[in-house]
Amino acid sequence: MTAPTTDANSDTATVDLPSDAPPIPEGATMVTVKIERYNPEVDDDLHWESYRIPALPSDRVLNLLHYIKWYVDGTLTFRRSCAHGVCGSDAMRINGVNRLACKVLMKDMFAKKGETTITVEPIKGLPVEKDLLVNMEPFFEAYKAIKPYLVTTGNDPTRERIQSVAERERFDDTTKCILCAACTTSCPVYWSEGSYFGPAAIVNAHRFIFDSRDEAAEERLDILNDIDGVWRCRTTFNCTDACPRGIQVTKAIQEVKRALMFRRR
Amino acid sequence: MTTTEAPLSVDKPRSPGRPAARRSNFELYSWVFMRLSGVVLLFLVLGHMLIMLFLDGGVHRINFAFVAGRWASPFWQLWDLTMLWLAGLHGGNGLRTVINDYSRSDRTRFWLKMLLYCSIVLTVVLGTYVLFTFDPNIS
Repeated sequence: MTAPTTDANSDTATVDLPSDAPPIPEGATMVTVKIERYNPEVDDDLHWESYRIPALPSDRVLNLLHYIKWYVDGTLTFRRSCAHGVCGSDAMRINGVNRLACKVLMKDMFAKKGETTITVEPIKGLPVEKDLLVNMEPFFEAYKAIKPYLVTTGNDPTRERIQSVAERERFDDTTKCILCAACTTSCPVYWSEGSYFGPAAIVNAHRFIFDSRDEAAEERLDILNDIDGVWRCRTTFNCTDACPRGIQVTKAIQEVKRALMFRRR
Repeated sequence: MTTTEAPLSVDKPRSPGRPAARRSNFELYSWVFMRLSGVVLLFLVLGHMLIMLFLDGGVHRINFAFVAGRWASPFWQLWDLTMLWLAGLHGGNGLRTVINDYSRSDRTRFWLKMLLYCSIVLTVVLGTYVLFTFDPNIS
């Protein structure tokens, strides 16, 4: 690995390709990947670092991060597991919007003119542990607080709990959540006030509130009726835009608001 | 037998992450109030501005006599009273949400809200007092 060289046009360092990198494949274009990095053992604050690496149109942003980690700088830290948009590990801020790195294709990212620069930052609103890896604990705390499990009373039925197709359809959209935190960390209210439950927790509350088999809807509605609940939502639709599963997040939040407004007790 | 430095008990086991829900509908009502008062204010404020600024020579004809003449009618008194209360509470509630969203420490939040509530009470009470005790024959 060569030493970082400082780019004359900016205060960020550009790292060159090492001599033992694999040959650049045919059809590849050189792109600049600008990553917001932070090493708690060395750095005082987050800083940008740029890497000029080859990219194929069929590559995903995750492939570029792998390239950097495997051939340029092994200290780059990020989460990823399945790499196919199912596990929800690699949510990050790519070119200013929250996306899963494994679902963003490079052919959609190339600049029409000049060289392509892609910025990658950790998701906002959660404490950065190292590079693109954030502490997800506050996110899961909000998730656990809305009781994301089936709550019933009485004896368990001897056979399955019957549900009609229409009843299942009612909450189908919110069953798709993979808890990647892309929506919650795209929410401006969540950025400034971490005690807000956030879109993901409300989506998962919605999944049980509207489930005909569940009996704790009232309890969850009470939780979301308080100061940190759904009334904090400003309907900016950042969450709906960020969701890699295409969940209509803002709609789900509005449906919880409507359920609160018209419930009888 | 080996001993470890690690404590055997967990600090605050099962301490809840957040306070239990208060079962209060305050946030719900304030949200509904914002929507309803917003719609009413749209007519009240635009109507008020149309009368005060554009019709019949607009802003140039406003003087003590004009205001006195308008407040002689209970209709305009009621109009201005509704506008005062709705605008004060609507704007105040909006600022309350902004303070809730943006203040970082509990102390800042508390004092900003106190300042806000005092200014709302002062404006609304003073306005209401003037509306009801207005004397057109004041020298």
